[in-house]
Amino acid sequence: MENGNEQKQEVTIKAFRFNAETDYLPYYKSYKMEVGKDELILDLLNRIKWEHDGSFSYRRSCRHGICGACGIKVNGKATLACKQNAIELVELFGDELIFEPQSKKRAVKDMIIDKGDFWEKHAEVKPYVETKVEPHPSSETIMSQEQVEQFLDADYCIQCGACHYACPVLEVNEDYLGPAAFAAAYRFSIDPRDEAGRDRLEKTSEMGAGVWDCVKCFECAEACPKDVNPIEKITKLHNMQFEQGVAKRNVATKHAEGFIRSIKKFGYLDEQDIVLYSEGLGVVKHLSEALKMIKAGKVHPFDIAKKKMPRSKNLDEIQKLIEISQTNELK
Amino acid sequence: MSNLKYALYTGCTARESTPELLTSTMAVAKKLGIELVLLDEASCCGASHLQDFDEFLSLVLNARNICYAEKLGLPMVTICNTCQLNTVMTKERLDNDPKMKEKVNEKLAEVGLEYKGTSSVRHFQYALIDDYGLENISKKVEVPLSHFNIAPFYGCHNIRPSHTHYKHNSAGAVAAEYGVEAVEKVELMEKYTGESPYNPTSIDRLIEALEGNSVDYESKNKCCGFHVDLQAPETSNALSGGALIDAIDNNADLMVTPCPLCQLNMDLKQDSAGKQLGRDIELPVLHLPQMIALALGCTKEEIGLKYNVTKATELV
Repeated sequence: MENGNEQKQEVTIKAFRFNAETDYLPYYKSYKMEVGKDELILDLLNRIKWEHDGSFSYRRSCRHGICGACGIKVNGKATLACKQNAIELVELFGDELIFEPQSKKRAVKDMIIDKGDFWEKHAEVKPYVETKVEPHPSSETIMSQEQVEQFLDADYCIQCGACHYACPVLEVNEDYLGPAAFAAAYRFSIDPRDEAGRDRLEKTSEMGAGVWDCVKCFECAEACPKDVNPIEKITKLHNMQFEQGVAKRNVATKHAEGFIRSIKKFGYLDEQDIVLYSEGLGVVKHLSEALKMIKAGKVHPFDIAKKKMPRSKNLDEIQKLIEISQTNELK
Repeated sequence: MSNLKYALYTGCTARESTPELLTSTMAVAKKLGIELVLLDEASCCGASHLQDFDEFLSLVLNARNICYAEKLGLPMVTICNTCQLNTVMTKERLDNDPKMKEKVNEKLAEVGLEYKGTSSVRHFQYALIDDYGLENISKKVEVPLSHFNIAPFYGCHNIRPSHTHYKHNSAGAVAAEYGVEAVEKVELMEKYTGESPYNPTSIDRLIEALEGNSVDYESKNKCCGFHVDLQAPETSNALSGGALIDAIDNNADLMVTPCPLCQLNMDLKQDSAGKQLGRDIELPVLHLPQMIALALGCTKEEIGLKYNVTKATELV
């Protein structure tokens, strides 16, 4: 609706510009415009192209938050351009908005990136129901309400890449599958029709590529424009590894399980024991840091009787609760 | 601001490898006349790792911790971001899932406890800023931090996920202004604190209240990598080292963080991160209450800088 009295705000957009075919380095170009309260980031992308520079490039398609094409970053915040009101971001970041592609190092032209790594990793977890299909089924597969609820909205993922390119692990570890692939792995493994759950659990339990390399920063949960909450699915995959006996004994799984060992004894986590127990002989690589901690008086290696370890009051309650509530074990 | 009283859930680290966190927290509370009742019955929060192993057990143990704050009739405060998040994630689950609450309470009944959901759970940082107030903290400054450029490092679990942050960490401020029911209105909570995970400001404002200069740098709301330090030290070093270098390049004299896990990772691993990233890294990393204690003129023992690995003793 046209509103002649609408208050507009002057905003400067600094847009990342780069053409991989002709440019040696990227640069930023500023565009000033009056922005109305109902304009979306996608409207501003369009206006750069239509009013300022026809060569400005970005992906867009549905304008309804469902195709996942128009993901960019605004002042570092993962943004689905067609879903994000522009003035909200002005309120958050001030009147200079910085438009950047989801991944600068994967930029092809302006906002457009080569999303190949995303699709490869997504494909690795078999993002489809794997089952022997009866060519002439005589009935539908019925899912109970409870089964549907187990999806935890993971099926809302639109593969926009917002979480993938917001994940700090992927910045430093190229093997890591990433939050979107994990959310898909969960979504299809939980599907009652599917038979590839174990393959996915094995894939996502690998060190380096799998869920054990998640740093628990919650950037993916924050970035997702569809509230898929990928880290919740990452935690579920962790749990399922133990529940289904896929978890192998390694430093990461022992670290997770080892918490119970300490809590049973002290109520608190025994910080020294958890490292020793998880690492085994690998503990030697922590020597230089251990010495620094000893020097600063932070740890007490000769306190064999654990006299300096704190103990929770009513420890018997904690022990009893572990005894009656523990549901998983590491074989 | 008179008669502020909270149940303090210390977590493990403050009782073990970072004793300076506990002494400086208690010293700050004493200086400001805030009463902190130690929850000595509480156990480890599981730090997200127990949650990976056994979700139900982690809910039971965290619910038990909250029970002890409820028994005292006090709001709970935490001094570790990871304790904060794991505790409120338990609280959210039990407050919104009656079936799970019943299952957890069945277990708790075996030791004579019941989780009710009556205590709020907040990081002490927000209790200080929202309940005590920055202007009031400012009035108590004895040693202005004006000669320091201080880089705030917020720590993931206090600010993300944002809906959890708004609902719990900013609860006190909203309740004081609009009444307890207002806490249910997420829009209001967001508006009130302005603590967006993409542009957090509370620690910057606290630094200014202590007359220090807050350093603006990109990594302030990023992850330190602590949680993968055992299985993926390269990831951890790249993240912690990257943030430290960013702070150094923006002229920080020291870094401050409300999370002891961030503090440990950033303080202890500067040599190995520096080696991996090809840079000398040396930057004192203080716990948030250590910085406040410094400005309020607490004693050397209370501030406990001797426990910081990267030399920080000359700050006093």
